[in-house]
Amino acid sequence: MTAFRTFFAATTALCAGTAAFAADLEVTHWWTSGGEAAAVAEFAREFEAQTDHTWVDGAIAGGGGTARPVMVSRIIGGDPMGAFQFNHGRQAEELIEAGLLRDMTDVAEAEGWKDIVNPPSLLDACTVDGRIYCAPVNIHSWQWLWLSNAAFEKAGLDVPSNWDEFVAAGPALREAGITPMALGGQPWQSSGAFNVLMATLGGPDVLQKIYGDGDAEMAAGDAMKRVFKAAADMREMVQGSNVQDWNQATNLVITDQAGGQIMGDWAQGEFAVAGEVAGEDYTCLPGLGVNEVISTGGDAFYFPVVDDEEISAAQDALAATLLNPETQVAFNLKKGSLPVRADVDLEAANDCMKKGLEILASGAIMPDVNMLNTEDTNNQLNDLFVQFFQDTSISADDAQARFVDIVANKD
Amino acid sequence: MSDPATMSAAVVGSDAASGALSGPRGPKPRRRFSRRNVFIYGTLIVVALYYLLPLYVMIVTSLKGMPEIRLGNIFAPPVEVTFQPWVKAWSEACTGLNCDGLSRGFWNSVRITVPSVLLSIAIASVNGYALANWRFKGADAFFTILIFGAFIPYQVMLYPIVILLREMGIYGTLGGLVMVHSIFGMPILTLLFRNYFTSLPEELFKAARVDGAGFWQIYLQIMLPMSLPIFVVAMILQVTGIWNDFLFGVVYTKPDLYPMTVQLNNIVNSVQGVKEYNVNMAATLLTGLVPLVIYFVSGKLFVRGIAAGAVKG
Amino acid sequence: MAATRPNRLFRNLTAKIAAIPMILTALVVFVGGTVWTVTYSFTSSKLLPKTKFVGLDQYERLWNTPRWLVSIENLLIYGICMMVLSLVIGFVLAALLDQKIRYENTFRTILLYPFALSFIVTGLVWQWLLNPDFGIQSVIQRLGWQSFDFDPLYNADIVIYGVLIAGLWQGSGLVMCLMLAGLRGIDQEIWKASRVDGIPAWKTYIFIVIPMMRPVFITTLVIIASGIVRLYDLIVAQTGGGPGIASDVPAKYVYDYMFQGQNLGQGFAASTMMLLAVLVIVVPWAYLEFGGKKRV
Repeated sequence: MTAFRTFFAATTALCAGTAAFAADLEVTHWWTSGGEAAAVAEFAREFEAQTDHTWVDGAIAGGGGTARPVMVSRIIGGDPMGAFQFNHGRQAEELIEAGLLRDMTDVAEAEGWKDIVNPPSLLDACTVDGRIYCAPVNIHSWQWLWLSNAAFEKAGLDVPSNWDEFVAAGPALREAGITPMALGGQPWQSSGAFNVLMATLGGPDVLQKIYGDGDAEMAAGDAMKRVFKAAADMREMVQGSNVQDWNQATNLVITDQAGGQIMGDWAQGEFAVAGEVAGEDYTCLPGLGVNEVISTGGDAFYFPVVDDEEISAAQDALAATLLNPETQVAFNLKKGSLPVRADVDLEAANDCMKKGLEILASGAIMPDVNMLNTEDTNNQLNDLFVQFFQDTSISADDAQARFVDIVANKD
Repeated sequence: MSDPATMSAAVVGSDAASGALSGPRGPKPRRRFSRRNVFIYGTLIVVALYYLLPLYVMIVTSLKGMPEIRLGNIFAPPVEVTFQPWVKAWSEACTGLNCDGLSRGFWNSVRITVPSVLLSIAIASVNGYALANWRFKGADAFFTILIFGAFIPYQVMLYPIVILLREMGIYGTLGGLVMVHSIFGMPILTLLFRNYFTSLPEELFKAARVDGAGFWQIYLQIMLPMSLPIFVVAMILQVTGIWNDFLFGVVYTKPDLYPMTVQLNNIVNSVQGVKEYNVNMAATLLTGLVPLVIYFVSGKLFVRGIAAGAVKG
Repeated sequence: MAATRPNRLFRNLTAKIAAIPMILTALVVFVGGTVWTVTYSFTSSKLLPKTKFVGLDQYERLWNTPRWLVSIENLLIYGICMMVLSLVIGFVLAALLDQKIRYENTFRTILLYPFALSFIVTGLVWQWLLNPDFGIQSVIQRLGWQSFDFDPLYNADIVIYGVLIAGLWQGSGLVMCLMLAGLRGIDQEIWKASRVDGIPAWKTYIFIVIPMMRPVFITTLVIIASGIVRLYDLIVAQTGGGPGIASDVPAKYVYDYMFQGQNLGQGFAASTMMLLAVLVIVVPWAYLEFGGKKRV
């Protein structure tokens, strides 16, 4: 940061108060839910407070599926935005290879990202051939079960402490007029939840072997059979949750209409916006209370190549701002995710975030599915599981057979 | 005809209202309260109610508060009328950090729609005229390709057009989007104009040719003045089509040019907490207002033009 | 025009120049874009188009994908129902409006207004109306008919009919309008003659009027069919392809694989299949319309 502060001090002095280096930087992202919007506002605030540049918000609603084509078209069309959000991993590989994204290694070195980013795998996911192309901004983990305390109370049950207890509570919840489990209709939520079952009930190694190495034998094996059995249980529990968006599903838990939901830690942002208190109003079980492990995926910002020097300077400044300690704290508290640097103070974090930080510190981490699978494979998994969870006529065995097929053909 | 006076008055009335539309051609009705009339009017009224139902539900929903929506019957009129959803949809609804609702998109939509409509109609009418009256060699082949283009799913063309626009250096500009709209409006409009010009008496054209009039002269002085109805149809089709477009607006522009539909999608899909159905419905109505108004104002001309253009071909 | 002139190339030169935008659009955009798409369907392009050819791999995978088969089945159901129902509804409504009724303009305006609304709007409204917790189902249940069960949007077996309801609402007005225009084009003498012969009205419609309206029917069919193949916005706004993949359609498959799945090759292969289907529809029609006879 210091290097940049000096740099900016120098340029501002040189330009003697003219706004020559104040560029408008258009930032495209798909963070439009309540918690997400509040979090991204922190970025904009910090960016504008610490630099002379202006954050032009280019939010696109409808999730990555709507936003990504727009982003990619803009970059390919030769009219790129200043910066854009992607889930890092394999999604941006080809854009980097085609030379469309800026090499941010200089900023990374000046800021010492190598030393501060924790776990280092986050930076590895941004690195291609030794050069760094993106700025990781948070750690998101998928392996959380969110439970509504009031819903269980209403059904006269104790709040479960693990997946099996939760499944066992299903019929009683339903009798009390509560949907046992909420699941949004969008495909990514179905495959996401399944991957969580796989990482926790099967274990991180199973997931790593299947998605990382494409081990079809493992995919057909007994460990996965159990996971598919659990998925069939889950299918019973989600019947009747007629919502589309993930945050509408979370809202069912918040309003005690549903017992629980498997969703990433971003769900926490929604609980926070609704004024719910962890431990009191809701309970979170990392690793479904079975296998306390979290994946270290997350969001990252990429910076397209532009031929305007002012924009480039603004890109550098944004990259630096995103990772500075104050921004990290402010942003992640709102987003419900974990900061990418271990050296920041998260006193204000709630119980659930603290659990996450502990697990992160203990080293029980695994790579995110996005880092192992291409979007193509993910899309096929989406198709399979969204169908499986919505259509009770598909048996667990049939689904597993199709799953093996996808794994065998993945690249 | 038990009551010929009323009946003929009605016929005259409807004729006068529909302008040049020739009167109904069906078998003549006999009595006002015959079983047949009850059947006809009954069916039409039921069908009309069915068609109006969604509009009605949109309007009442947009005027209710959220608590009332949660409790209630979607068909019930609002107990307490509130315009808050409309205000919110127009100027307060948030997408990401932009909390200025649909208002931003409205002028963008105007800026996109006006030039796109003018350009696409200009091109298509000349095409139609050239195809109908100047049948040069190969014209039918191009026309067939064009019609084929009417069927191509837009998604297929998305990518090649990104590349095309990039090579022309107009990607992301208003000009680029106007061009895209003109291209994709061309097939149906050309068909429409071609059919219309074919239906005009050929003697007019021949006489003008004998008098030595050229391509543009005939187009401007003879064809144009005779084609008002078809121009109105084309205009309505294009205004509604372009105003309602979402895909091109989102893919070929950038945020400061996003049309209203993109903003609508953003508002509807930016669920912050609970889905605010009333705001969504108000936003939907606001977005649909322009095409609806144009349609209601010029509805008669539209039917007339359809009769003249699409059908006689 | 029939007069022959020596130089064929410069004949009608102005007309040819004026048609340049059309020729460019036809050749560069439609033919060029199609050829480009078909070519790249034989490659393994992922996020960016690349010329790494893999033969028919993409097609093999396409036809082994359950989701593609579901989307084809949906398009067939939707397409056939839409064509038949919108023609029948459109014609019947047009025939009713053609009975010298009062308030014809009012009725016509009401029937046609949904056409001015976009598919996005249509989808949202019908999603709202068919919402099981607030919409038609809950209202009827509240009226006391507890067992009433009508939530097509959350029932995989009938979801496509839920979309059909919305599609018909939006599109049948236009068909009605076209049909009405066609009916007005029928010579009044036909009616007089059939009345004199004592032929019932319905017989006159079926055996005399409809055959005379053949061109109208063809134009209408082309318009409906082009809308059906492109069906996308409505699905996205109304069901998002769900529940599960139960209301998926080819256009959505193409879009999802090209952009969400970052597998351009697969998306191009699927769109090539769509183009093929379109050719099967359009070529015979184009031949009948423009090939067989020369109109003057």
